[in-house]
Amino acid sequence: MSIAVLLKQVPDTTSKISFSGSAVDLSAVTKWSISPYDEYALESALKLKSEGLGDIIAITCGPSRSSKILTDAAAVGADSLVHILVEDLIHDSRNIQKLLSSALNRLNCQIILCGKQAADTNSGSTGPGIASLMEITCVSMVSEIKIDGDDLIAMRNGPNGQEEIQASKPCLFTFDKGTEELRRPNVRGIMMAKKKSIETLTPSDLSVELLNSSVKFDSQISPPEKPPGQKFQGADSVASVVQKLREEANVI
Amino acid sequence: MEISIIAENIGGSLNPVTAQIVSVAKILDGEVTVVCPGGFGVEEAAKISGVSKVVSVEGDCFANFDGMAWSQAINSAVTGEILLSSSSNFGREIMAIIAAMRDIPIIQDITDLSADMAITRPILSGKAIEKLEIGGSCCLTIRANVFAAAGNDGDADIKTINHTSNVGISVKEAIAKADEKLDVSEAEIIISGGRGMGDPDNFSYLYEISEIIGAAVGASRAAVDTWEQIPHSMQVGQTGKTVTPKLYIAVGISGAIQHLAGMRTSKYIVAINKDPEAPIFGVADYGIVSSWEDALPLLKTELEKLVLD
Repeated sequence: MSIAVLLKQVPDTTSKISFSGSAVDLSAVTKWSISPYDEYALESALKLKSEGLGDIIAITCGPSRSSKILTDAAAVGADSLVHILVEDLIHDSRNIQKLLSSALNRLNCQIILCGKQAADTNSGSTGPGIASLMEITCVSMVSEIKIDGDDLIAMRNGPNGQEEIQASKPCLFTFDKGTEELRRPNVRGIMMAKKKSIETLTPSDLSVELLNSSVKFDSQISPPEKPPGQKFQGADSVASVVQKLREEANVI
Repeated sequence: MEISIIAENIGGSLNPVTAQIVSVAKILDGEVTVVCPGGFGVEEAAKISGVSKVVSVEGDCFANFDGMAWSQAINSAVTGEILLSSSSNFGREIMAIIAAMRDIPIIQDITDLSADMAITRPILSGKAIEKLEIGGSCCLTIRANVFAAAGNDGDADIKTINHTSNVGISVKEAIAKADEKLDVSEAEIIISGGRGMGDPDNFSYLYEISEIIGAAVGASRAAVDTWEQIPHSMQVGQTGKTVTPKLYIAVGISGAIQHLAGMRTSKYIVAINKDPEAPIFGVADYGIVSSWEDALPLLKTELEKLVLD
């Protein structure tokens, strides 16, 4: 059996964002990484693999540069790598969901792990959307997964609090911050990963016709700069700041 | 045009954010139906001004949260062309599942929208603002505290639908009840502590102040990573929650780029830090260069005076 992990390449959270024309200048991004919540999903998959649940298929959907994160995943232990190649940015999550669920159905994956949302779009539509298309159980906001016979038990931070959730396969889990320390690749892992082949699939390979969406892109702009604030020295200024919060800002 | 709002509850009562979503439906000039999953908050929803109908969806599947089962039941009760909810974890999941079921587009975490559906939403945790346009049937989730709440002089009809669906999960054990404390993503005032607080026990000073002004307590990533006692649910920033309160008070937080991304769109920011060069002062409306040990007792006293006035 295989555990599928869905990974997205995003600008590293430490990287500065600049703009070119009416959009974020992606060519100016100095460092690209696996989206942080996806890393927790990968780490959990590695743990499940070490407990004998199955091998790991790492899957990404994105432009050619994103194959690097698959190699990164192989360096820590992903067994096979699948790259769904789409060069253009997609603003309608349905396209991504259809591509990924088509690939997951083809690979016959019973356990699917991904992050709760990507660090670039910040949406969180992809995981639950895939579960919906595949008509399988979706457990969200998970921090840890354990094996329990044929079932899985997930620690979830749900609307009612923290709960242990039992789910049977097939099931998709979206990860919040996990409890496991993220492992770093060793030199041998990195060398082996470089030799690992990546299966590249196109939308037509997956029999998915990309939608001409009703979502139209207008622009991406820099958030408005705030005018410089007022700075005070020493704790004695607290009283006057509180006064200003009431009279100037009117917020308390 | 009919607009369906998926309501949310806290501890069985209607989440106040639902009244904010009604204001968004009014911008779109729609006829508003509020759908209450599990029958929670029905009476309160009927009182929101501008709501013409409340649908209570009831069934066995609402005993525990199962995104897929809930979405199927909710979807059966939705008659609107446009679906709205808050962009809480709950709202995002339910709407993503329903959008995929209906094969309609979804846009999450909207902070502004016009009558002709020009949409603004932050991306990259607030490092950029994206503008999109959308037409036709769609699912939209709305950031809390951006739109003013609708009034409460309504008197909508309540209809009950029984619809249950197959549940795919079971709760093996409840580990901890949902925090009764205000969540940072829904609070109008947030007071956050960083590693500069020195010790997690010192967050008690922040809690004391939060009680005076009805604030939620947040934390920086450094604080969450350093101290086990500070849970990730409190984390504000790029790998935590992106927030837009009226007032954000940062205490002992230096202001890493990821933290600034998560809170810079707050209406007013107060920073308390002993390092005058801390980057947090770059986004603060009011900066106080002081140790928290000196500043917080005074802040508490001053706020108490205001509240007593």
